[in-house]
Amino acid sequence: MQHFAFFVIAFLAVASALGLVLRRNPIHGALFLVVNLGCVAALYLMLGAEFLAAAQVIIYAGAIMVLFVFAIMVLIPKKEETGPDPLRPARLVAVPVGVLLLLEIWLVWKSPLLSTPGSIHPPGDIGSVGRLLFSTYLFPFEVTSVLLLAALVGVLALAKRRSS
Amino acid sequence: MVPESYYIGLSAILFTVGVVGVLVRRNPLVIFMSIELMLNAANLALVAFGHRFGTADAQALVFFVMTVAAAEVAVGLAIIVAIFRLRHRLSVDDLSLMRW
Repeated sequence: MQHFAFFVIAFLAVASALGLVLRRNPIHGALFLVVNLGCVAALYLMLGAEFLAAAQVIIYAGAIMVLFVFAIMVLIPKKEETGPDPLRPARLVAVPVGVLLLLEIWLVWKSPLLSTPGSIHPPGDIGSVGRLLFSTYLFPFEVTSVLLLAALVGVLALAKRRSS
Repeated sequence: MVPESYYIGLSAILFTVGVVGVLVRRNPLVIFMSIELMLNAANLALVAFGHRFGTADAQALVFFVMTVAAAEVAVGLAIIVAIFRLRHRLSVDDLSLMRW
């Protein structure tokens, strides 16, 4: 079962990576990259790295990709999506897929996995990562904040329109 | 249990696709996204090795890589926007000069 899941996710990851490289339209590439990042997040979960999976979805698929899509929209304005919706048949599939997903959520909710407390603590659980970050890697962690501040200031300096 | 070598192999494939993207494409935005792909492949390899050797250090390292990637994307996109303002074209072939 785990092998099956791994191969499905791996296939999706490779296919979306190829889509990113091969599609001409950068916005399609960005959406493919979101799929790829989601697949990598799923693989993190399979490896027992829950914290990284959540961070991957929030930081990469959320924040960074929004930045990318924003930049693409600003820089390539001539390929605006206008006219009739090219994905009209997809709407017919949307309802059954939505029902299926709802059913899945219900099944997960009912499953005994949620009710039994986790007994094993793999070395990569969120507690040990947090303890490492604030003990062994405390100095790099603080340097990271300086890095983010430097990036913030640098972006503001770059993006400011020169008035002269 | 899926052996870690599968994850390493997948990571290698994703990294290769990212390298090909950087080499083949001319749009700097797509090149940037390919770089993100490579960073992700490296992260995946790190997590797989951390799982193999039973330490959480790899995950702390991946956390730092993610932070650096976020900073890098912000600065890189700002640079691309600044270049676009100057040149009004978006192709790395135009950017062969160090100054103009």
